[in-house]
Amino acid sequence: MSALSKDETTSETTKNTPFLRISRLTKKFGDFVALNDVSLDVNEGEFVCFLGPSGCGKTTFLRAIAGLDIQTSGTVEQANVDISALPPSERDFGIVFQSYALFPNLTVEKNVSFGLENQKIPRSDIKKRVDELLELVGLPEQETKFPSQLSGGQQQRIALARAIATSPGLLLLDEPLSALDAKVRAYLRHEIKTLQRRLGVTTIMVTHDQEEALTMADRIVVMNQGAIDQIGTPTEIYREPKTLFVADFIGAMNQVKGRVVSSSSVSLGSLELKCRDHELPVGQEAVIAIRPEDIVPHKKIENSSPQSGNSFNVKVEEMEFLGSFWRVQLSDELLEGAHLIVDLSINIVLQMNIDAGNQISIDLPPDRLWVFNPASEE
Amino acid sequence: MASFNTSKNLPPAPKIHPKSSRDDRMMAGAIFVIGLYLVIALALPLYTMLSKSFTTAVFNLQNYEFQVNKGDGWSEPVSGYQINESLSLLKPDELITSSDGRLAATTFFPDFNFRSKTEYRLRQLDENGSFLVGTQRIADTEWHTYPANKFRRIVLRPSQSSGIDNYITYFSTPALFRSIQNSLFISILTTLITVGLAFGFAYALTRSRMPFKGGFRLAAMVPILVPSLLPGIALVYLFGNQGMIKEVLFGEPIYGPIGIVIGSVFFTFPHALIIITTALAISDARLYEAAVSLRASPWKTFWTVTIPGARYGLISASFVVFNLVITDFGLPKVIGGQYNMLAVDIYKQVIGQQNFEMGAVVSVVLLIPALSAFTIDRYVQKKQVAQISSRSVPYEPKSNRKFDMICFFYCALVAVFIVGLIIICQYAALIKLWPYNLNLSLANYNFDVMDGGGWSSYYNSIKLALLTALTGTLVVFFGAYMVEKTNGFLFTRSAFQFLAMMPMAIPGMVLGLAYIFFFNHPDNPLGTIYGTMVILVVCTVTHFYTVSHLTAVTALKQMDREFEAVASSLKQPFYKLFAKVTVPVCMPSILDISIYLFVNAMTTVSAVIFLYSPDTALASIAVMNMDDAGDIAPAAAMGMMIFYTNVIARLIHLFVTRKLMKSTQAWRTRQR
Repeated sequence: MSALSKDETTSETTKNTPFLRISRLTKKFGDFVALNDVSLDVNEGEFVCFLGPSGCGKTTFLRAIAGLDIQTSGTVEQANVDISALPPSERDFGIVFQSYALFPNLTVEKNVSFGLENQKIPRSDIKKRVDELLELVGLPEQETKFPSQLSGGQQQRIALARAIATSPGLLLLDEPLSALDAKVRAYLRHEIKTLQRRLGVTTIMVTHDQEEALTMADRIVVMNQGAIDQIGTPTEIYREPKTLFVADFIGAMNQVKGRVVSSSSVSLGSLELKCRDHELPVGQEAVIAIRPEDIVPHKKIENSSPQSGNSFNVKVEEMEFLGSFWRVQLSDELLEGAHLIVDLSINIVLQMNIDAGNQISIDLPPDRLWVFNPASEE
Repeated sequence: MASFNTSKNLPPAPKIHPKSSRDDRMMAGAIFVIGLYLVIALALPLYTMLSKSFTTAVFNLQNYEFQVNKGDGWSEPVSGYQINESLSLLKPDELITSSDGRLAATTFFPDFNFRSKTEYRLRQLDENGSFLVGTQRIADTEWHTYPANKFRRIVLRPSQSSGIDNYITYFSTPALFRSIQNSLFISILTTLITVGLAFGFAYALTRSRMPFKGGFRLAAMVPILVPSLLPGIALVYLFGNQGMIKEVLFGEPIYGPIGIVIGSVFFTFPHALIIITTALAISDARLYEAAVSLRASPWKTFWTVTIPGARYGLISASFVVFNLVITDFGLPKVIGGQYNMLAVDIYKQVIGQQNFEMGAVVSVVLLIPALSAFTIDRYVQKKQVAQISSRSVPYEPKSNRKFDMICFFYCALVAVFIVGLIIICQYAALIKLWPYNLNLSLANYNFDVMDGGGWSSYYNSIKLALLTALTGTLVVFFGAYMVEKTNGFLFTRSAFQFLAMMPMAIPGMVLGLAYIFFFNHPDNPLGTIYGTMVILVVCTVTHFYTVSHLTAVTALKQMDREFEAVASSLKQPFYKLFAKVTVPVCMPSILDISIYLFVNAMTTVSAVIFLYSPDTALASIAVMNMDDAGDIAPAAAMGMMIFYTNVIARLIHLFVTRKLMKSTQAWRTRQR
């Protein structure tokens, strides 16, 4: 470790309490509520992503944590210190913006060392630290170049090096990859994640790209209309969505209208399906949701009953070839006009001889079948 | 996991009152100081002037009572009003005066003779009035007795009240309000001619492939470098009573509307050209390709593509020209003759008649068209910005020999007009005595033997220009930075923005007069700067604040919005960021601001005409004063000195900018 990094004693006391404790944050711009009473704990060394559509309040949330746009009410504690009202300069964080905000007239070296100056650090140590950082982000020997002489991906990494130069306790990334093209983005995703693990720095990243969040985050905070809809690991968010919004925003999801029959069953067309336990009142209209990859295909059931448990016969309406799999659209009189999408591997399609116009049987596993309140959809 | 969206029945979370950082406090202090500057240098003087225009001074004759003793005892007390009525001495409008007006008490005694033995007594009925015995002011209500010899030294002072009487007087004096008509006529006519000529010139520059474009551009910019009254002098040499080609006018005098319009077209031309060229240059080549593919005739293309694309530019240029002409003072002063215009009226009222209140009234009247033109122009300019699309393809003119030749001859004609007037001035300056002795000499440059301030006025001008460029650039750029880059202080910032935009709408004469009222007031502690170089610098910086401010704001807007956030996250103070990044990146714009201020400080007449003292006479004012005194050749010579100084300043500016661009090329060029 370099001589510049902070002493490690702070982590002792924070073992039981979270590193960052945000409670009941509200941010208003005039009458508009950008952030509505949100709370969040972040553990030391964790990588958390704020995920949501544009205008959901995720950037507002990040800027409140940074002190750039301080919240109207609610508290932020970092390493057991209440920093709610502190200006950014009195907080401990590094930040990377979507635009990188690199100083155009300063060389890479001067950009990275900007935060190290005026800190009574000997010049030779600064130089050493800069070299070390550039090595770390994979851009050694570039210190005399200007930002405009670097590619977008390289600029992004310089911005990252500048943000971590002072070894901040918290690293904030505001859509750091969205200005880059797809290939560079995929590569940098991995790079940033590796770097974060190596440094063990607590990190919050804002993104609207679900793939980015799923691949990079330890935990994802899904935000919608100024509120948090769900917090969980990527698999939790994907496999156990708590709201229709989360289910819809992350991954693909079949959504058909149905009606609640009991706390564990629901009617779809003339079918009655077992589903996950829910708390909606009996008789209420509901949205039935299942992911395309969770629908299990079978050979057509040949007996007279159209339905046994959650299995029933359907007609293959359309097939769309998407390279690694087929996207198959299903319908049937039983569904009364509703369509279901199922993703099937090429092998299964060949084995089962599935083609448009054929009939197959499908099984909707009850624990993969969700029922949501349509009212919460907005 | 605990629920993250807290339920509604909890007590509200604590409100957060953000703690300000050291940076915040420093920036608040800085914005306050610069805001205070604008309040003192702009808002307060204008307010003082406005209130002055509503101050009336009237000799209230009912307030004074007189008694006479011709040796046979005191007569009955009789008021000044009664005497005036019975003897019909003064008409009611003769009683309206300015605050400095004085009325001799002897006016009421036509048979007065200071050698007589007659004694006079007078008193006032209330303490609001006063009269002077010599210089001694008497404001009580006692009777005072004076022998005739002393009575002749008594003058009555007017009593002051506020109201719209000054305006009533103004609008009931045909000689005064006729100027409104004259000013509007000249301004509108000039606007039509200038915008038409400038459009043709701009069209030739952007739509043809004629040769010498650079040279034409340069020639068109020349008028910016000279005072607006210089073309007036050239016109006198051409068409004056002893003019070289006065026959061209068929006996019409150049002194008057003709001269004002020609000279105004000269000095407003570059301003219109810049705006219209910009408007034409941003037009989208794809529209022209579409027009060609739809087989539209060139004539139709011109009216459906070119004109609509440039319309905001044309409107904007019209208002700018209108404003320049209606507020200009130097040119109508030199060549206007008996033709009165508003800006000159202010000068005549203040300098000629010492009627400051009426000067203030004319100023307010002049403010109305100037303010409206400014407001409409701002509105239109906002629209034009929205019109530019980042996907526009710039238009590349194709070669067309016939069209290019027409453009070339047209531009050459305009260039000859502009450069010709300047050459005539230089010629006039070098001739011994037009038209009798045509030998060349430098005698006209011997300014020290002329009225107007001599060579020291030239050095004063350079001093003023340098000081204005230096302090103005500092104040303007720092002020713009504060407005653009601070968070919070929303009210202060929008108030500041408003004040920064205002000078553009304020005619120089109005600003200068407002400065007299404000800084020359005996109770103002800042009055010490009156009559010094400081007030000239303050006035000039303020007068040209808006364009400088807009230049700075445009440059600052191009900086990444997050620089300040990054710096504060790295715990670096804002002034380090300002010095290391903001200023270097904006340096070209900073240099532009300083040369703009320098050139304008060299040429300005209107604002400073009321404020210079014998020690701080300026070259531009010397031109006017020498012309006034009939020393026209020396006036031309001094005008040319201003021109050459500005040319040199611009060359230095060009050289420095080139050098800067070269040394910073590595980071200024984008390689993507």
